[in-house]
Amino acid sequence: MSGMLPLVFSIARTHILSRLRQTLVGVSGVAIGVGFSVMMASIMEGSQEDFIRQLVDSLPHISVTDERREPPRQPADQAYEAAEIRGLTTKQLRPGIKNPYAIMAALEGWLPGAVAPSVQAKAVIRFAGRDTAVSITGIDPKREPDVSKLSTQIRDGSLDALYKSSNAIILGSGLAKKAGARIGNSVIVTAGTGRTLSATVVAISHAGVTQIDDNSAYVLIKTAQILAGQTGLVNELRVKAQDVLQARAIASRIEAETGYKSTSWQEAHEDLLSAFQMRNFIMYTVVSAILMVASFGTYNIISTITHEKTRDIAIMKSLGFPSATVRQIFVLESMMIGVMGLLLGWLLGYAMSYGMAQIEFKSPFMDATRLPIIYAPTHYAIAGLVALSASVIAGYFPARKAAALQPVEIIRGAS
Amino acid sequence: MSALVEARGLRRVLYGEVPATLINGIDMDIYADEFLAITGPSGSGKSSLLYLLGLLDVPSAGEVTIGGRPTSKLNETARARMRLETLGFVFQFHFLLPEFSALENVALPMRALGRYDDARIRKHASDILASLGLGDHAHKRPEQMSGGQRQRVAIARALANDPKLVLADEPTGNLDSASSAQVLGILRDMCGPGSGKSVVVVTHDPGLAEQADRRLHIVDGKVSP
Repeated sequence: MSGMLPLVFSIARTHILSRLRQTLVGVSGVAIGVGFSVMMASIMEGSQEDFIRQLVDSLPHISVTDERREPPRQPADQAYEAAEIRGLTTKQLRPGIKNPYAIMAALEGWLPGAVAPSVQAKAVIRFAGRDTAVSITGIDPKREPDVSKLSTQIRDGSLDALYKSSNAIILGSGLAKKAGARIGNSVIVTAGTGRTLSATVVAISHAGVTQIDDNSAYVLIKTAQILAGQTGLVNELRVKAQDVLQARAIASRIEAETGYKSTSWQEAHEDLLSAFQMRNFIMYTVVSAILMVASFGTYNIISTITHEKTRDIAIMKSLGFPSATVRQIFVLESMMIGVMGLLLGWLLGYAMSYGMAQIEFKSPFMDATRLPIIYAPTHYAIAGLVALSASVIAGYFPARKAAALQPVEIIRGAS
Repeated sequence: MSALVEARGLRRVLYGEVPATLINGIDMDIYADEFLAITGPSGSGKSSLLYLLGLLDVPSAGEVTIGGRPTSKLNETARARMRLETLGFVFQFHFLLPEFSALENVALPMRALGRYDDARIRKHASDILASLGLGDHAHKRPEQMSGGQRQRVAIARALANDPKLVLADEPTGNLDSASSAQVLGILRDMCGPGSGKSVVVVTHDPGLAEQADRRLHIVDGKVSP
């Protein structure tokens, strides 16, 4: 049968070239389908990756807190196995991580990344008579650049400015805007413990994620300890992994070694990542649907050609062409349309993606100024594979019908 | 002298709401170097018999043996292969592929058979066309040729694989008298003494039938004495 291939190719090429207008319509249909699929995938995955990157950059890859996964066993629980403990109230003060600096030293022994201490506290900032709830993080400005992008996210001022005054504070850009505070202003910080202090705004940070910029403020660790009313308190260790995708495994090991709850960025944003998975599933379903619709055009063209070529098929079969060869001719025609369409579609998809990347785009939730696009070979491969498969299927059915044709019926009719 | 083609007890019935018997028990032989004319009134079953002899149709009963090989048990692919290697067809309408040139049309069965390389196929196709007086028309498409020229191209295509048996169904039916004479001459020359080939022509034309070595008259699907 391989000897037939040049002949099959030659007949198929002649057929589609002799119907140039129909062929162009079919090729355009596939090309538009592939092009839009590639562009859609580029935009959707690009925005998703950009969003995840901003999330990952704005938060520690792993957060080790002074909490436990399971509440500690109570004395009554230990004494009476069957007893159910209800109505326990938590301690008013957070216990903090015991021997945090010793744990940090131990982690630095094996951890592929960096670790820094911090203190988390809830507070209210009062400025110009307006109260704004805020999540305060006490940081070590010398270690912080190793575990977060905070130093690069400072818009006005610098991270080291925290050392400049006794109670210095960095406000998130959204928070500063809400409170109406600027650099140099004094704000009153009242912690949940009731402790109050006056702090000077020394810098404004901007992570590009609204939730963070509207609610976060940064002070020195000792300032946060004063607000928490616990000297020496460290209730969070912030870890930055060299490979962000290893964060989950590293968090598990830290938790196993220290007993403290270690939350990787993946765990913290599990819901979001699941939503992205769902979104990708929907995206690829839509993309496949687009390509299937395009394949109807191919089906239509191959059906028309086989219909118009009924007499030629009969002649070829009467000459001695086997049914399989006739089938191959029309499937190959369909594949030719598919291949031309997908090559043009790839070009179109790249051009449209490039064009979309040039459009300026403002989002109230994100900081991107242009649509984030990724140029992934996978997108081109998937669109190409689906388009080609759809073309083969679209050509197969009319081809099968053509191959099953009995030449004598046509010849008898024509005579 | 053994027959090139033997048909025994050949029947062909179209089974519909009212079954129609096209061929009703025909026994016949076709010998090498023979020019056989099948005649008969319209609807008598001449063309149906030709299609059965040419393995284009499957008999309801009976057997067609070609070159000593029974064909009733052959599958579709084997029948197609036998058509390609052993048989050549010429129809009333030329049935050339319109997008291909005369040369390409003649080359088609040779390319399908795959016995020769492309250069040899082209040379052989050119030679056949030249022998039929179409050397200057090799690169023309069917639409650019006259009816007689097209029919000669169809004959050239039928001869491409050097078949033992050429089956022609009203080959001069659409031609003027000059072209008819030309086509008839070609067919007659093909099966000259010592050629080893046979030509079977279905025709209404008494002039053509008279030039045949033998005539087989069909009436109502049977050979009429």
